[in-house]
Amino acid sequence: MLTSENPKIIQQKNAITVRFAGDSGDGMQLTGDQFTDTAALMGNDFATLPDYPAEIRAPAGTLPGVSSFQIQFSDSIIFTPGDLSDVLIAMNPAALKINTALVKKGGTVIINEDTFTELNLKKAGCKTNPLTDSTLKDFQVHQIALSELTKNALKDHGLKPIEVERCKNFFALGVMFWLYQRSMDHTIDWIEKKFKKRPEIVKGNVAALKAGFYFADITEAFSTQYEVKKAKLEKGTYRKITGNEATAIGFITAANLAKKTLFYGSYPITPATNILHDLARYKNYDVKTFQAEDEIAAIGSAIGAAFGGAIGMTGTSGPGMCLKSEALGLAIMTELPLIVINVQRGGPSTGMPTKTEQTDLLQMMFGRNGESPVAIVAPSTPSDCFDMAIETVRIATKYMTPVIFLSEGNLANASEPWKLPDLKKLPKITIKHPAGKKVHNGDPEETFLPYERDPKTLARPWALPGTPGLEHRIGGLSKADKTGNVSYDPENNQKMINLRAEKIERIADDIPELEVRGPQSGKLLVLSWGGTYGPVYQAIDNITSKEKNVAQAHLKYINPFPKNLGSVLKKFDTVLIPELNMGQLLFLIRAKFPGVNAIGLNKVQGQPFKVDEIESKIKESLK
Amino acid sequence: MSSTKAAPKKEMKQPVYRKQDFVSDQEVRWCPGCGDYAILATMQRTLAKFDTPKEKYVFVSGIGCSSRFPYYMKTYGFHTIHGRAPTFATGLKCANPDLSVWMITGDGDGLSIGGNHLIHALRRNIDIKIVLVNNRIYGLTKGQYSPTSETGKVTKSSPMGSIENPINALCLAIASEATFIARTLDNAPAHMAQIFEQARNHKGSAFIEIYQNCLIFNDKTHEPVTGRDKRDDRMVFLEDGKPLVFGKDQDKAIKINGLQPEIVNLKDAKPEELLIHDEKNPEPNYAYFLTQMEYPEMPVPFGVFRAYQRPTYDTLMEDQVKAAKEKLGQGDLEKLVYGKDTWTVK
Repeated sequence: MLTSENPKIIQQKNAITVRFAGDSGDGMQLTGDQFTDTAALMGNDFATLPDYPAEIRAPAGTLPGVSSFQIQFSDSIIFTPGDLSDVLIAMNPAALKINTALVKKGGTVIINEDTFTELNLKKAGCKTNPLTDSTLKDFQVHQIALSELTKNALKDHGLKPIEVERCKNFFALGVMFWLYQRSMDHTIDWIEKKFKKRPEIVKGNVAALKAGFYFADITEAFSTQYEVKKAKLEKGTYRKITGNEATAIGFITAANLAKKTLFYGSYPITPATNILHDLARYKNYDVKTFQAEDEIAAIGSAIGAAFGGAIGMTGTSGPGMCLKSEALGLAIMTELPLIVINVQRGGPSTGMPTKTEQTDLLQMMFGRNGESPVAIVAPSTPSDCFDMAIETVRIATKYMTPVIFLSEGNLANASEPWKLPDLKKLPKITIKHPAGKKVHNGDPEETFLPYERDPKTLARPWALPGTPGLEHRIGGLSKADKTGNVSYDPENNQKMINLRAEKIERIADDIPELEVRGPQSGKLLVLSWGGTYGPVYQAIDNITSKEKNVAQAHLKYINPFPKNLGSVLKKFDTVLIPELNMGQLLFLIRAKFPGVNAIGLNKVQGQPFKVDEIESKIKESLK
Repeated sequence: MSSTKAAPKKEMKQPVYRKQDFVSDQEVRWCPGCGDYAILATMQRTLAKFDTPKEKYVFVSGIGCSSRFPYYMKTYGFHTIHGRAPTFATGLKCANPDLSVWMITGDGDGLSIGGNHLIHALRRNIDIKIVLVNNRIYGLTKGQYSPTSETGKVTKSSPMGSIENPINALCLAIASEATFIARTLDNAPAHMAQIFEQARNHKGSAFIEIYQNCLIFNDKTHEPVTGRDKRDDRMVFLEDGKPLVFGKDQDKAIKINGLQPEIVNLKDAKPEELLIHDEKNPEPNYAYFLTQMEYPEMPVPFGVFRAYQRPTYDTLMEDQVKAAKEKLGQGDLEKLVYGKDTWTVK
């Protein structure tokens, strides 16, 4: 361990929230990732919130170009990236301007003072210099000449000025590592691997990192170091995981458990794209990825693959879902086990591509022509994407139905420690395809009925092209019961509509009942779904030390709902539903359970809930 | 095959099919006199000639009159949504490259709503056989102009005549560098059967345009080219390695003058001047040139314009999976889940 020449105070902290903010080109996401990896390896619990613009490189120094990354790390279990940050690292005036409001009063602001030039201040729309006016009066401010110090540290490295400039984020990271007593080892390893082919860049970045670390150690400006001890996580093996990574790994695992090829047809779209990137790297797991010409081709190919016997999957975000809806209707009509991932983002229309929302729920429920029910599941945390991916494949193949895996931008990009599952205890996925029939004189011995249903699940048989004697035709025209032939018979149409609906309803017998955390009846139940799990959990934890009347229930199965949902809700005077939309689950709950006193907490700002927002609403509801 | 050696067992076991084996029990619901009947019957007869097990065939279609085709074939079939058939066929072929996947589409389905998918299926060279039934009209919606309707076409939706320039289906196919391109017509079943057979034997995307007559909404649309009394002068049948000879007395041929085709008298022309059909030409220019031979200036070519081999998408996809397995080993869940930057809490 490095020892300081000037003895410094070490303060213990339970949890710290750090926010890195800079220009899109400043490498803030990378810096945040490195800080996160180190928190993971040092045994903290953590949750992250990457927050970046849709523009790849908006003009340098401007407000739209600001990219930030927040992480909360702690010595106990946490579920959110923290509301306000304890420390903000602002690489330029624009980053400072946007993020000042997100720092706790009395918090620390570390600033790269070299960037506070007249031009940059103008670009950020600052009329006066925040370093000299009263903007930062509530904070402990550390102005560091980050660019200049990095330049000095690297003056003998023979790097071009632009390369030196790019090392400054590692200098900042070095400062942060010192401040929180972190080890630099992981990041040094990472730099060595990442820039293996360019040893001079490795040396430069490592030198900048160390220079930052030693600078913080030596300077009198920093008198205190903070320590966040290891978290008391459950025993086990862990890794850091984002929601999209867990989604990719989860579906590969599920297909593997089902002994099937995973076919993924997708068209690049934020924030779902890196599921395609991940899957494309795992071809040796019998994964076939198809980058389609458009969203419709992506779902069409996945349906074709499902007809052919693969686990057919497509993935997208809101605008892509709109384009897929007709084909999704076909998968409902033909009752094929299609998987559709929707990583929700800001809408309507193109909306805010890189920001999070939960605004597609009703579209997923109803956004198709005709009576067209589908099963819907929604993961609750980044690592839960793994478990719910397996559930998705289990339900789709057992019930022969499309299933929507409804994720969110925030889950997709956020990371947390994932306690790795015991692979032997993963659910079994057994798929049976009907066997071929003997053929005499061109006809099978007995007629195959492609729409004859399993009496329990109502699933139709998944008969694969290539199987002798089972030749059959499917399509989007109304289907006759059992034979699947085209039929316009009124009674038959009603029957098939009812059967498809009932098949989805029966899934409720095959999913876990809703659990209530806290009192099983009483004044207030907070009903969360999807990514609101974390902030609601934390808010309730904060409140229940004083208030015993609040409980949480979390929905991961959206269609059908768990079968005890109604009876759970009826036991509470009020049900509060916080959602990142204008009340879509609330709408469903009010429609389905009219006696329940359900109220909403709604926000559509592209940002996840802050714990504080939920806490305040709970307090208000209890009055 | 005659030899003293016994044929391999597998061969002997292959069933021999009759046309009837490809006829489903569904009542065909096309209008009486529709050109689709001939196409269906020719397809059924052609497939029956081969010993490919019947269960390996899948017919995929979009929406439109011709897209009802799969219901009438006693094979696997998928009647999908408007214009998107190539996408379903692509996924299906990728999931199971062992299948023989055929796609039926029309001029509206394939060239209007589904134009995008058609281009991409062809450029990828996915091994599916695409039959585009071109009657230059929207039939199922009762007679609106289609993307192949001629300029000035009067229909219910164009009472003063269409103001659109028609698209040339084969030109679109060659622009996408399709590896197999052919044209045939509904009232020449023998020619159609030959084209189906060649398409079947082609490894890669095969694109066939069929001139088809819609008796109800666009009767005799192809008559100026294919009518009995005119066809000899207005159609030229392509034969690989041979000059493009046509005319009632087989007395005319084509030569190239600059970048243009020119009709010459066979007996007057020097043999080296004549355009000799070369379907395996790897350059798309030649096939493009043929697609530009249009009525009324030139005789319209029928037959195989291009049959050129290059690796198919489905095979390349399989190859990448195989290569990944060879390099990294068969995927192991333990590695997938536990393989990266883990730490242990005791």
